[in-house]
Amino acid sequence: MKQQAYLSLEGIGVTFETRKGPFTALQNVDLAIDKGQFVALIGHSGCGKSTLLNIVAGLVRPTRGVVLLDGGVIDRPGPDRAVIFQDHSLLPWLTVEENVRLAVDQTMKSASKAERRDWVLHNLELVHMAHAAAKRPGELSGGMKQRVGIARAVAMQPRVLLMDEPFGALDALTRASLQDAVMEIQARLNNTVVMITHDVDEAVLLADRVVMMTNGPAATIGEDLAIDLARPRNRIEAAETPAYNHARQAVLHFLHQRYSNPFDRAA
Amino acid sequence: MTAISVLATPFEGGDPQPANDLSDSPPIGSAPSGATPSAPGAPGTDGNAPAPTAPALSALLERARDLAASILPTLLMLVLLLALWEATCASPASSLPSPSRVWTESHEVIVHPFKGVTVDASGVHIQDGGDVGIAGHILTSLERVAIGYGLSAIAGVALGILIGQSLFAFRALDPLFQVLRTVPPLAWLPISLAIFQQAGPSAIFLIFITAIWPIILNTAAGVQNIPPTYRNVGRVLALSPLRYLLRIMLPATVPYMFTGLRIGVGMSWLAIVAAEMVQGGTGIGFFIWDSYNSSLLTDTIVALIWIGMVGFSLDRLVGWIGRRVARQG
Repeated sequence: MKQQAYLSLEGIGVTFETRKGPFTALQNVDLAIDKGQFVALIGHSGCGKSTLLNIVAGLVRPTRGVVLLDGGVIDRPGPDRAVIFQDHSLLPWLTVEENVRLAVDQTMKSASKAERRDWVLHNLELVHMAHAAAKRPGELSGGMKQRVGIARAVAMQPRVLLMDEPFGALDALTRASLQDAVMEIQARLNNTVVMITHDVDEAVLLADRVVMMTNGPAATIGEDLAIDLARPRNRIEAAETPAYNHARQAVLHFLHQRYSNPFDRAA
Repeated sequence: MTAISVLATPFEGGDPQPANDLSDSPPIGSAPSGATPSAPGAPGTDGNAPAPTAPALSALLERARDLAASILPTLLMLVLLLALWEATCASPASSLPSPSRVWTESHEVIVHPFKGVTVDASGVHIQDGGDVGIAGHILTSLERVAIGYGLSAIAGVALGILIGQSLFAFRALDPLFQVLRTVPPLAWLPISLAIFQQAGPSAIFLIFITAIWPIILNTAAGVQNIPPTYRNVGRVLALSPLRYLLRIMLPATVPYMFTGLRIGVGMSWLAIVAAEMVQGGTGIGFFIWDSYNSSLLTDTIVALIWIGMVGFSLDRLVGWIGRRVARQG
C-alpha cells in the first residue's frame, strides 16, 4: 500500500442535472499530490478543469468521490485552501492593504494588530506591491491587481494554493513577469499548488507536474507528465533545454493530436 | 453638461490623483489662462504663473468657468419662460396670475418665509397654529419626512437584503411588494387614519409606505447582483455572516441601494404634500390647500416653487450621500 498523499482526489465524478437528463462533466478523476508539489492542470475549454479546482476549493461538491487534504475530508470552502481567481476578485471598495488584511484577519486570529499589519505588508513586498498599499484596485493595472490577488492568497498561509487561470486575462509581457513572481514566491515558500492553465509554456515552465485532461463530457485525467527541470528555472535558459522542449512537445501532442479542441472537430 | 456633473466636481477634485496633477503641472511661460481647454476633469493644465498658488487659482477659475457654462443655459431658459409667462398672463383678466402679480400679491409670503420660526440654543422652534411663514411649513413637513423616510430606509434595506438573499423570501414577498408598490399614497390615507386615529402618525405612515417599495426592490436587486466572485471570496475566507454582510454584501449593494433611497426620498416628498393637503393643520401641503381655499393662487405658486426646490435638494442630498458612501467603501 503506498503512502497517503498530501492532497488526494479519489474517484471524483460530477454529474449535473439538466433538462435533457443528467450530464456527466467529470468521471473517475484520481490525483495524488505531494506536499510542496506544483501541479498544472491543462485541457481544452469545457473539460471541467475549473470544476475540479472548485471541488478542491470546496466551492462545488462532487457527485461521487472524495477529496482528502492531509487526511481530512474537504466538504466546504475554507481559508486553508486559498484561491487566486482569474479576475483577481479584489474588493473594489477596500484598499490593497485592506483587501489583504481581510484575508489575514480570518487566518491569524490570535495575532496582534501590529503583527497582522506587518504580515500584510510583508506579503505585499513579496509581490512588489507595498508601494500601492493605500491604493484601491481601480487605480491599478490588471497585472498589479493580480499581484495583490497573489499576495492575498499567499498571506493566508494556505495548505494548498489554488490558481484558476490566474494570468489568462493578462497580456503576454505582463503574464511573463507574473509567472516570474510566482516562481520566486514558490522558491521561497514551497507551497502545494494546483494551477489551471491553457498555456502550454506556462504549464511546463512553472509546474513540477503537468496533468492533462481529456475532453468532456465525462472528462478525466488523460496523461500525467513530470517536468524534469532544475530549479530555479529561467524562462530563456529553460526553453533551450531538451527536457523543456520534450515536455512541451508531449503536452502539445496530447492537446492537439490525441484530444484536439472539440469545437474545432465540430466545425 | 448636466447639473449632476456640476455636483460631482468637488468629489473628483478631492481625489488624490487630480490633486497630484495640480502640484505637478509645469509652469508654461505666460500662457494666458483664457486659453485653457474647457474639457472637464483636466484641471491645472496651464499653470501660467511662477507663484506656487497660481495653479490652484487657475484651477479654481476653470472650475468657476465650468460651473458657469453649465448653469448659464438653465438661467437663460428660466428667464425665457418667465418672460413668456409674463407676456401671456399680463392682462388683468387672466385666470393665471403673471410672475409680476405673484411678486406683488404674495410679497409678504416671499420675503418673510421664516415668520413664526425662531432659532435658539435648544433648536428650531415653530410657532403653534397656522400663522407661520412658508419656511415654517416646509420645516414641519421636512420633520415628518425625516421620520417617515428614515424608518422606511431602515426597514426597506433590511427587507431588501432578506428577499435578495433568500430565494424563498423572494418568491413569497416579491409579488406582494410588486402589487403594493403601485398603490398611490392617497389611497393609503383612509387606512392610515383608521389605524393611527391621529393626523401626525398617519402622515408619517403614509410617507413610510410610499417610500419603502423602491428601497426594498432596489436593495434586493443589488444583493442579487453581487458578482459571484465576491461571494466566493467570502466563502473561501469563511467570513462569518455578519462580516460578510458588512465587508462584502453592503458595500457591493451600495449603488443599487442608493438608487432606491433616491427614488424613495422623492416619493416621500410627493406623499407628504398629498397627505397634508387632506389632513390640514400644518405643513406645506396644508399651506397649499389653505391658500387655494382662500383664493390666494399667487401663494400657491410660491409654495410650488418652494416644494420643487426642496424636493430637488433632497434628491441631490441623498445622491451626494450615496457617492460619499460609495467612495468610502
